Amino acid sequence: MKKSVVLIILLVIFSLGVCGCSKEDSSQIKVGVIAELTGDIPAVGASCKNAAEMAAAEVNDAGGIQLGDQKYKIKLMIEDNAGKADQSASSAQKLITQNKVLAIVGPNASRYALPAAEIAETGKVVLITPWSTAPKATLDSKTNASKKYVFRACFIDPFQGGVVAKFTLDNLKLKKAAVLYDVASEYNKGIAEIFKDVYEKNGGKIVAFETYTTNDKDFSSQLTKIKKAGPEIIFLPNYYSEVPLQIQQAKRLGITVPFIGADAWGSSELIKLCGSDCNDYYFSTHYAADAATETTKKFIANYKTKYGATPDDVAALTYDSFGLLLQALKTAGRNDRQAVRDALAKIPQYEGVTGNMQFKEGSGDPIKSAVILKIKDGKFTWFANAKP
Amino acid sequence: MAYIFQQALNALQLGSIYALIALGYTMVYGILTMINFAHGDLFMVGAFFCFIIAVYLHLSFIPTLLLSMMGVAFLGVVIERFAYKPLRNAPRVSAIITALGVGLFLENFTLALSPYPKHIPPLLTNVTWTVGSLSLSSLQMIVIVLSLCLMLILDFIVRHTKAGMAMRAISWDKTVVPLMGVSVNKIISLTFAIGTGLGGAAGVMYGLAYPVIDPYMGIMVGWKAFICAVVGGIGNIRGAMIGGFILGGVEIMVAAFLPSTYRDFVAFTLLLILLIVRPYGILGKPHPQKV
Repeated sequence: MKKSVVLIILLVIFSLGVCGCSKEDSSQIKVGVIAELTGDIPAVGASCKNAAEMAAAEVNDAGGIQLGDQKYKIKLMIEDNAGKADQSASSAQKLITQNKVLAIVGPNASRYALPAAEIAETGKVVLITPWSTAPKATLDSKTNASKKYVFRACFIDPFQGGVVAKFTLDNLKLKKAAVLYDVASEYNKGIAEIFKDVYEKNGGKIVAFETYTTNDKDFSSQLTKIKKAGPEIIFLPNYYSEVPLQIQQAKRLGITVPFIGADAWGSSELIKLCGSDCNDYYFSTHYAADAATETTKKFIANYKTKYGATPDDVAALTYDSFGLLLQALKTAGRNDRQAVRDALAKIPQYEGVTGNMQFKEGSGDPIKSAVILKIKDGKFTWFANAKP
Repeated sequence: MAYIFQQALNALQLGSIYALIALGYTMVYGILTMINFAHGDLFMVGAFFCFIIAVYLHLSFIPTLLLSMMGVAFLGVVIERFAYKPLRNAPRVSAIITALGVGLFLENFTLALSPYPKHIPPLLTNVTWTVGSLSLSSLQMIVIVLSLCLMLILDFIVRHTKAGMAMRAISWDKTVVPLMGVSVNKIISLTFAIGTGLGGAAGVMYGLAYPVIDPYMGIMVGWKAFICAVVGGIGNIRGAMIGGFILGGVEIMVAAFLPSTYRDFVAFTLLLILLIVRPYGILGKPHPQKV
């Protein structure tokens, strides 16, 4: 008897609590953020969260965003997807149905962005993924046409894979390459295949095309096989948390050829985990902090004062995602999901901190240039630009 | 030829780590007929102890290894005392669920402290010798030799000491042993200490060989080591060692001669076939249920 009374009281309190927080505040615009705060790539999630908070704070400090005759403040709803695909989907679901957000920014890694994008598309809510470069994120899974509600702030892998392949052939003049990639991850697999395709079409030869699965730590067998094949360069389109292990194990097996990577290398964590082992290698990415334009420099300086670190590409792209969203909001002129989607789809071009983005009508993928960075004495330094 | 030899070395390194972890599963099962699913996560804790000791206390390799082993062994005993002992007479399912819960607790506790992957600084300067097209790294040698030494010591303890005799006796018949004046609780604690201590040692060596560690690293490795223990015949110590080397060897060799995508698929198919042929594992013996 006593127990049931306590239970009822608890239930009442709980339901009051739920009612309390679902009260609408009409002077706020809720924006959801899904980030990889824990799991296998937490540095990505942290950068995303930092940049999102900074973008929101900039709007709110200026008094909010003017829509019609009212000023609105941005309220962020940050969800951790714990580095899991299912949790990305459920976070998106929660933000859409429970928190009733206007739009979602994130998730970043393609393997998490894909399930969340499906939910956003069916829920008819705008989702901008800052860092997911896999083409499928913005494509409908059945018809392969563009999704209507999913956008991104970065270039896509067919472009990036081509940039790396051509850079290897034309600038480094290396004609024999090996690839080691995570076959269980959307991004790694996609870019590895595109690299192979472009590299072979342009006269290069892939001597070994080896795979592993997410969370593997031992690559000795594959690397021994690669060593036997005798490549001149090894392409590792893998995340920053795995690349150091691969390079260190390769060196221990007596592999001396250089390595090359893609944008998933671009976290300062890579240097921490790799030490001096990654020096003098190249990778393609979204922007170079040391070769920035005026707007970008301002962003970098603000970020540095706020968080004490140079913003990596995820931070810059998240900031741009918010820029895109805010511009669409201003054009739409009201806090309405459909109006914002329509305004976003009509943005012809946007000058972001990661450079100029051009959107083709009906597609959520921007056309923008990539940069090649070189790791020099533990720092990412600009090396070359690659135009689309 | 050099290629096969190189791959064999890779297999020995991976296999010895699997074997060390598999020992923890098999020892606990032998004594309590309970599968300690938290063992993979204790292995992870071992790697994190190694990280903490190496980074904050700046100790060299041997003290780091010993301290990590002791730390994990202590943790193992504490877990047994507070999580498993109260359930010793409960249905076995409860104990297994508790073990899973302890494992999740360890993962998420580490995660809550810091979600970032950590880099273990090189505790030993690695030297790579090249013989023909063969590369021998001192690190690889140390992992293999040290694991073999630990396994030999364990084998000696179990077969030639009084405590070892008591362990074997308890796994044989738990009800009669106390009548002979053996403290079952003490022996169970000792078993946990040794088993998890070896897991801790495996964590340290894993951390040296693959120096990027994260809170989830124990899950997959733990599962694989558990499979090694089953393949070798769970409860049998030499079986666990053999199982570890078999899985390490199969994994490396499949990736060496077939497309690496087939690795896990072929490796586990082979193990399944082996279990169909020998359902109690390689060295396991069937225990008929006495009525």
